[in-house]
Amino acid sequence: MKKRGRESFLRWGLYQRSPDAKAHGKQRAKIPRKRLPSPFSLVVYAVLMCGAIGMLVPFLWMARSSLVTADQILKPCESLGDFVPSPARPRNFPEVFEKLHFWRCLGNTTFITVCVLLGTILSSSLCAYAFAYCRVPYRNRIFYCVLATMMLPAVVTLIPVFIVFRTIGWIDTFNPLIVPAFFGSPFAIFLFRQFFLQLPRELFEAARVDGASNLRIWATIVLPLSKPVVITVAIFSFMGTWNDFMGPLIFLNSEENWTLQLGLASFMGLVTTDWHLLMAGSMIVLLPVLVVFFALQRYFVRGIVTTGLKG
Amino acid sequence: MTQHNQSRDREGAEQQDLETMKRQSSRAASRDPMGREDRRDFWLFISPWVVGFLLFGLGPIVASLVLSFMQWDIFRSPGWVGSSNYREMVFDDPLTAKAIWNTFFYTVFAVPLGTAGSLAVAMLLNTKVRGLAVWRTLYYLPTVVSGVAMAVIWRWLFNPQIGLLNRMLRPFLRLFDLPDPAWLQSPVLAKPAYVIMSLWAIGGGMIIFLAGLQSVPQHLYEAAEIDGAGPIRRFRHVTLPIITPVIFFSLTMGIIGSFQIFTQAYVMTGAGPENSTLFYVLYLFDNAFRYFRMGYASALAWVLFVIIMIVTAVQFAAGRFWVFYEQEA
Repeated sequence: MKKRGRESFLRWGLYQRSPDAKAHGKQRAKIPRKRLPSPFSLVVYAVLMCGAIGMLVPFLWMARSSLVTADQILKPCESLGDFVPSPARPRNFPEVFEKLHFWRCLGNTTFITVCVLLGTILSSSLCAYAFAYCRVPYRNRIFYCVLATMMLPAVVTLIPVFIVFRTIGWIDTFNPLIVPAFFGSPFAIFLFRQFFLQLPRELFEAARVDGASNLRIWATIVLPLSKPVVITVAIFSFMGTWNDFMGPLIFLNSEENWTLQLGLASFMGLVTTDWHLLMAGSMIVLLPVLVVFFALQRYFVRGIVTTGLKG
Repeated sequence: MTQHNQSRDREGAEQQDLETMKRQSSRAASRDPMGREDRRDFWLFISPWVVGFLLFGLGPIVASLVLSFMQWDIFRSPGWVGSSNYREMVFDDPLTAKAIWNTFFYTVFAVPLGTAGSLAVAMLLNTKVRGLAVWRTLYYLPTVVSGVAMAVIWRWLFNPQIGLLNRMLRPFLRLFDLPDPAWLQSPVLAKPAYVIMSLWAIGGGMIIFLAGLQSVPQHLYEAAEIDGAGPIRRFRHVTLPIITPVIFFSLTMGIIGSFQIFTQAYVMTGAGPENSTLFYVLYLFDNAFRYFRMGYASALAWVLFVIIMIVTAVQFAAGRFWVFYEQEA
């Protein structure tokens, strides 16, 4: 199954472009080259379009609501023209920053995210190197154990972990959110391992013969070749950390340590009915993620396809 | 005597064999020191994960089992109470049953609908549509939204008076003289609202299914077509069997995830009207970090753990009958 998954990923583009590849529908099989849309494909496009509108509307509605005034938001929209904010009120955004120390939150989240990225990439790639290259009995069985731990529900470990961090005085510091990343994540280990197994071995067999240690091969040959997978892992741990809510909620208390998600959640309690400000806040929290997503899309797809894990 | 000699000879031979083997292996080691070095480096390199697993995985799981037999508010020292936490959960705490029911309801609707929806979109995208990358992006976009942002946006959409959803539904509801649905403020509709919200994020599953569909060998379709199979039978007998592992994976991980729904509920409604959105992990969180009943919360955590393990085991057992792996063919 796994092998097929990898193959399918490699052939991802080939299927699209191959001229002999026949379409599944009979309609296409009969008229392979013509660009005339069949009724079947028109229906497909119509359904897809409806779905896509459903996916996009919440974003558009959020964007619209973040730019209107407080009384505009209550008005019923009789015509399509009413959806366009007039007058637009971009001051919502600075207002959010003033009301909620969003800069502070942004700084905290960024700091935590950078540390987590660093920890995850270093520790997980080292583990993955061992699982990919070290010739050791039971290597794959141990690896499957690592994978199985992904299915453990995080909730079960939550309370003892909280108690331990409380005992050593780490509550209300960033340590409980950062330090665990330096112990590797099964998901990242898996991504790295799959990539390492595809690297041509000859590249570092020579280094081995010359007596280079594993650590040196990892640092000077394997890691520099692994830019695509480093980016994939970085994206996924960026998303996980940036969007994490439960961790910060449990481990951080004081306002100056809040992350963006905590800030937004408490903002919700603070200005319950000021929807224009709340939507502006959501936009601020969401924008970095959207930028990363659009800039590095293909790495997303690769990550999901190789692991079969939902984002 | 002869016997004695023979046995001594045999011993000697064995001794020699052993020595040769030792010498050979030491020679092998000196010729190829990688083996020993590999073994050392392997454990060295994976030690972060091993230590992390003991510290943040196995250790806490065992600790929470022990804690579940105790009563502890963190401030005073813990006391052993035997199985009373579990007894309370079953006999004296209607909220636990309510939380299990809510979570179960959400899972039963959200996971199958989400899986079916993502499979449907993936199949539409697999019909050689133009601009595949654009469609894929559009459908995947909602999955990058954080739970908090999702809760804020959807609470706004679900707003009974000025929310977008009711604004769009109103003309249709007026036709039948129906009142505006109160969504999150109604004990009946709050959970369905969560299901609707969860369907917004089917993009992750869609990408997995799309990859699965694209790996179905074309020659199977061609063969089926020659045998006279129409589109429906081609789906039923070619596509479906081959993507069963993907469906299985999606269902399994989906159930594990939806049993643990927390962030959206915490931000959007809390326990909700008449506790109708008191999901299991939310209740666990309240017990642990609001009432500081660490023992009781640990018992709740272990019950959830056992439920998840049982459900997953049942799925794997049932999967033998319907999941098709290529090696069997």
